[in-house]
Amino acid sequence: MRSLLSLIFEPGFFTSAPVHTAMIVGGGAAVVSGVVGVFTVIRGQSFAGHALADVSSAGGSASFLLGINPLLGFLGMAVIAAGGMELAGARLARERDLVTGIMLGAGLGLAALFLYFDVTTSSTTGAAITVMFGSMFSIPASIIPLALAVGVAALAVSGLLYRPLLLASLSPELAAVQGIHVRMIGLLHLLVLAFAVALAAMTVGAILSSALLIGPAAIAIRLTKRPGLAIAASVLAGLVATWGGIILAYDSFYWTPGHGWPVSFFIVSLIFVLYLAATAVRGHAGTEAAV
Amino acid sequence: MFSDFMVNTWVVATLVALVAGIVGFFVVLRGSSFAAHALPLCSFPGAAAATLLGVNEFFGLVVFAALGVLGISQFSRRERHDVATALSLLTLLGLGDLFLSMTQEYVQNNYAMLFGQVLGVSDDQVMVVAATSLVTVAAVIVMFRPLLLSSVSPALAEARGISSGRMELWFLVVLAFATSMALPVVGALLVFSLMVGPAAAARALTNRPVVALLLSVGISLLTVWASIALSYTTNWPVGFFVGSIGALSYGLGRVWGGLSWRPGWGQRLADAGMSQGM
Repeated sequence: MRSLLSLIFEPGFFTSAPVHTAMIVGGGAAVVSGVVGVFTVIRGQSFAGHALADVSSAGGSASFLLGINPLLGFLGMAVIAAGGMELAGARLARERDLVTGIMLGAGLGLAALFLYFDVTTSSTTGAAITVMFGSMFSIPASIIPLALAVGVAALAVSGLLYRPLLLASLSPELAAVQGIHVRMIGLLHLLVLAFAVALAAMTVGAILSSALLIGPAAIAIRLTKRPGLAIAASVLAGLVATWGGIILAYDSFYWTPGHGWPVSFFIVSLIFVLYLAATAVRGHAGTEAAV
Repeated sequence: MFSDFMVNTWVVATLVALVAGIVGFFVVLRGSSFAAHALPLCSFPGAAAATLLGVNEFFGLVVFAALGVLGISQFSRRERHDVATALSLLTLLGLGDLFLSMTQEYVQNNYAMLFGQVLGVSDDQVMVVAATSLVTVAAVIVMFRPLLLSSVSPALAEARGISSGRMELWFLVVLAFATSMALPVVGALLVFSLMVGPAAAARALTNRPVVALLLSVGISLLTVWASIALSYTTNWPVGFFVGSIGALSYGLGRVWGGLSWRPGWGQRLADAGMSQGM
């Protein structure tokens, strides 16, 4: 047993401070994204989620420039983008798709500009890769309190929203009849979504952060029809992928001398494998079929 | 700004704007912004993989663009379209992350793949972009009528024997082809902004398809030319200008369209009793 454990966990795994930070922040991101992701997939907002994540990269790259906490940068930009999407207020699905696309283009343009300033003013050449693809083992431990606060806030709002949001997602008409303010619920969900992607952007990078959002939720919805159970499964899948990815990435430093493989790659691969497994177990659609 | 080393830049940018304006018209019409965003990013890891294997960048881009199209169409069998797009995009980007970490010495090149390297375009690249543009425009002309019909009213198209599933696949192929070839020059992110911004503005301005198509190309050309000129004078990245001008023109288009609002022609067709079937 002991030798098996030491086969999985290479020496120093449990004593390394960067690994601790990565496990805590990554775990938090996986839990929040897992919960929010189920609603995002049911509501057909994968594009919005992905766009918010990409746009938040502008905030991430600005934070290098301003010397502020990168999480604040990601968060600020994601919240601004969420507000902008709601303000541009498109009721037609097709117009919503366009507004999202336009915001995404403008946000990425800003990210390009800030990254350019990063390179020219402070010569942080690695900023582009860090912001876009994340570097989990270099997250400063000082970020943990803020990350946990953001995570708890997102979960609290999700908890409050749970029933009305579920109803508004599955049947907007029925929700409106029951006196639920569907548009307000949608806006609040978009804000929680912004919190979730900002947190995930800290860990797997802005461009990949929607993997934690959509991947585990898609897996869970494959497996079960019941929303509560789907959320639990989604959180579990997210945690398995994130922590498994951290372990594999840590181990990979021992496979290839002096140069490990990126955590984000392992997390996305694990999500992909889990998705294939879930599809094999349960071929037909779950929650979506009920919609 | 118009010195010798800039000639190739202007030529390539004009070609890319032309193609983006035409293909973008259909992207906006079909509501496939997500696919237009995803496909260039799907093919972007191909460049890094090609560098790693020491083969021509071109092959890497083609292979990964094909993987992207395959992924989207395969996942779509089981998932909603947006989830399918997200899943294939993220899986391929995850691979890209791995390739990038293995090719750290090409970090500048990788940055260019994302954000574009409009200055210093080689003659070979001009040839590649010119050939692809020609093929793409030809493909769009050949399938113009069925594509337009199946974009506006899939049900009506089906009634005339045009399979919307097959049309979607062909459209994705054209989209992948158009974007991946322009990638090394204009970057994965820029080509997307160029497709959505001008076409969306055009759509807000007019109801007539052919006019909208021409407007889309026109705005796209103006956007690119202005962006390069601004980028040349300020030294700021082209992508920033394309993104902002795109958003600006869409905003202006919405304001203008709001002043003189009429139901769009897609809407009118739908009102005429044909179900959209979306």
